[in-house]
Amino acid sequence: MRVALFVTCVNDTLYPRTGQAVVTLLERLGVDVDFPEGQTCCGQPQFNTGYRHATEPLVHRYARAFEGYDHIVVPSGSCAAMVRDNYPRIGAKAEREGRGTELSEIAADVVPRTWELTEFLVDVLGVTDVGAWFPHTVTYHPTCHGLRMLGLGERPRKLLEQVRGLELKELPQAEECCGFGGTFAVKNAAVSTEMGLDKARHIEETGARAVCTVDNSCLMHIGGTLSRQGAEARPVHLAEILASTEEHPYGGLS
Amino acid sequence: MSGTYLGMPAFPKAAAVSTQQPTLRGNLTHATHTIREKRARAVGELADWSRLRAAGAAIKKRTLRHLDRYLEQVEERVTAAGGTVHWARDAAEAQRLVIDLVRATGESEVVKVKSMATQEIELNNALEEAGISAYETDLAELIVQLGDDLPSHILVPAIHRNRAEVRDIFRRQMGRWGRPAPEGLTEDPAELAEAARLHLREKFLKARVGISGANFVVADTGTLCVVESEGNGRMCLTLPETLISVVGIEKVVPSWQDLEVFLQLLPRSSTAERMNPYTSTWTGTTDEDGPREFHLVLLDNGRTDTLADTVGRQALRCIRCSACLNVCPVYERAGGHAYGSPYPGPIGAILTPQLRGTGTELDASLPYASSLCGACYEVCPVAIDIPEVLVHLRERVVEGGPATVRGQRTTLRPASGHAAERAAMRAATWALDHPGALRAGQRLAARSRRLVPRRLPGPGAGWTRSRDIPDIPPESFRDWWRRERGAGTADGPTGGEHGSDGSERGKGGAV
Repeated sequence: MRVALFVTCVNDTLYPRTGQAVVTLLERLGVDVDFPEGQTCCGQPQFNTGYRHATEPLVHRYARAFEGYDHIVVPSGSCAAMVRDNYPRIGAKAEREGRGTELSEIAADVVPRTWELTEFLVDVLGVTDVGAWFPHTVTYHPTCHGLRMLGLGERPRKLLEQVRGLELKELPQAEECCGFGGTFAVKNAAVSTEMGLDKARHIEETGARAVCTVDNSCLMHIGGTLSRQGAEARPVHLAEILASTEEHPYGGLS
Repeated sequence: MSGTYLGMPAFPKAAAVSTQQPTLRGNLTHATHTIREKRARAVGELADWSRLRAAGAAIKKRTLRHLDRYLEQVEERVTAAGGTVHWARDAAEAQRLVIDLVRATGESEVVKVKSMATQEIELNNALEEAGISAYETDLAELIVQLGDDLPSHILVPAIHRNRAEVRDIFRRQMGRWGRPAPEGLTEDPAELAEAARLHLREKFLKARVGISGANFVVADTGTLCVVESEGNGRMCLTLPETLISVVGIEKVVPSWQDLEVFLQLLPRSSTAERMNPYTSTWTGTTDEDGPREFHLVLLDNGRTDTLADTVGRQALRCIRCSACLNVCPVYERAGGHAYGSPYPGPIGAILTPQLRGTGTELDASLPYASSLCGACYEVCPVAIDIPEVLVHLRERVVEGGPATVRGQRTTLRPASGHAAERAAMRAATWALDHPGALRAGQRLAARSRRLVPRRLPGPGAGWTRSRDIPDIPPESFRDWWRRERGAGTADGPTGGEHGSDGSERGKGGAV
């Protein structure tokens, strides 16, 4: 089984610890994970802002970078959803524009091999207890693309429930969007801010020490809002909780 | 006594104001959350909801595919039943038709059933200019009309008003248009409803012309159907001598049997009721019963152009239930007026830019009025993939491309004002298509990480006004990987071009 990590450009640049946590976690579970250096970005910012044609070189790049791997593991719900939902659309539109089936063939090739991290753990590896230890109160925010596009369902929660020492606090109105939305956060900053403030307030109501998601882009918005509000809660990617053990505990909350 | 949507500001500008209005925010949060939860319960009662939803989508899809045939069938059956069918290409043509039909009756007052199509063509304003007074009889539309206001919700047009505001509007305005509000009117809902009832009763009994829309038009019998809660619609549909119905061409369903699906989907999705209190149907005219004259104005107004777009056409399946508005976090905070159209919320964000085009700053901003959270698609009873259409229309805004405008295939130019963004996106794609350039950028950012200001200039200011920016790490993941795990060949500054992937790949991963 050849497994590649698609770390995503946001994690690569701003949250390398999340990528490191995935590597630690997968190796602890006996998976030898590779990082093909030709990878960069799935193209979601371009595509979701309307620049479909500017997205296409990145679709080609994704396919080349991950050629030959059985599984591509992505620690981001929205980047995984970009590949799974939107690469086939990019292919279909290119065909309609009379530019052949190459992009559709790429999509058909990469879609079944691309897994969001919790899907890979639960569906491919068949584990929910990954041997993690995280002695903190945590609230879980299901990010929209993970929840509604990928249909992650109970997978993240099942994984969190098996983490020793972790106390899960229910987040009120958990399924409401945090307001990030990619370029929405700056194009419609007023509405995005109000959504973020409500999400931050609900997080604070739980009294949890950490808010956890499967997506660092949402956490960048949530965490930035919490920090500006002087809140106690800290954003932590699910992978970093799952990588934390008694021997090598997560250090971000001390 | 009606507002207009002409010349309204772009969505972000309007929303920047409306999000800071505490009364509006309070009214909307209360109303949308209440109906959101009620809808979830009403839908949850039906074990076959997902199959009903699929059936609703399938019926609409199939009908739209053969719309030409069904519309001709409608014309034939309505005519055979004693009605007259008129075809309106656009809003102006529909306005002219209705004005002429009202003038032919010699009347100068009409009563109206709540109707989205007549809001869309701003019929009341046109009638007013022609010297004809149109009275809205739906309670919420009456509140909007008396308040010289605009509707802000498809189903609950006065959702932005609370009881105290309604009381003030009734006290101030009712006397100007008819029977005044009773002395000492309070904000008690029963008293407010009674005030409206008395005011409207006078209109119903006097009116000789009624104007309506329709929720459905059944092609094989030529029957129109209006679904409502108050019964005021039925008064307008039955008491006047002349009835004029303005109906969008996408409202057709092939047969009565199809209503079985939609009369379950619509009330549960909109008012969270198992069944709405009043469902009125009529077929042409009937001797000694109801209007003696019936006119059906079939309205295109951009619908045929929308139908020509393979991705965007799904917006025409909409049955105007409002479930997407009630669940939308953006609508809840911005309010309906920010969308600058009688169709607010997620459905408005995909319908308005197709019906009106993306030529104005406002219309071009609508596809961006969404975080793409997908809650709208989840609740849509006819499975319109609103996020898919939003992204499709964003593409039309920034890239231009093929579209149908007034029946002509044309290539749209990109909307103005996106040049800097386009350049930035292209530059980003170039950098991201060259991992070496990405690496160089990451290293530069890491070296200057202490220099990043707390408040960013330019587009970044929208972020830092309310949110802190994350600390830039001293080392990117790819540098960490290379240092820890040691890759094969190093990239050049713009490495990672075609064919170089083999050398970029790290150690082979085998379990």
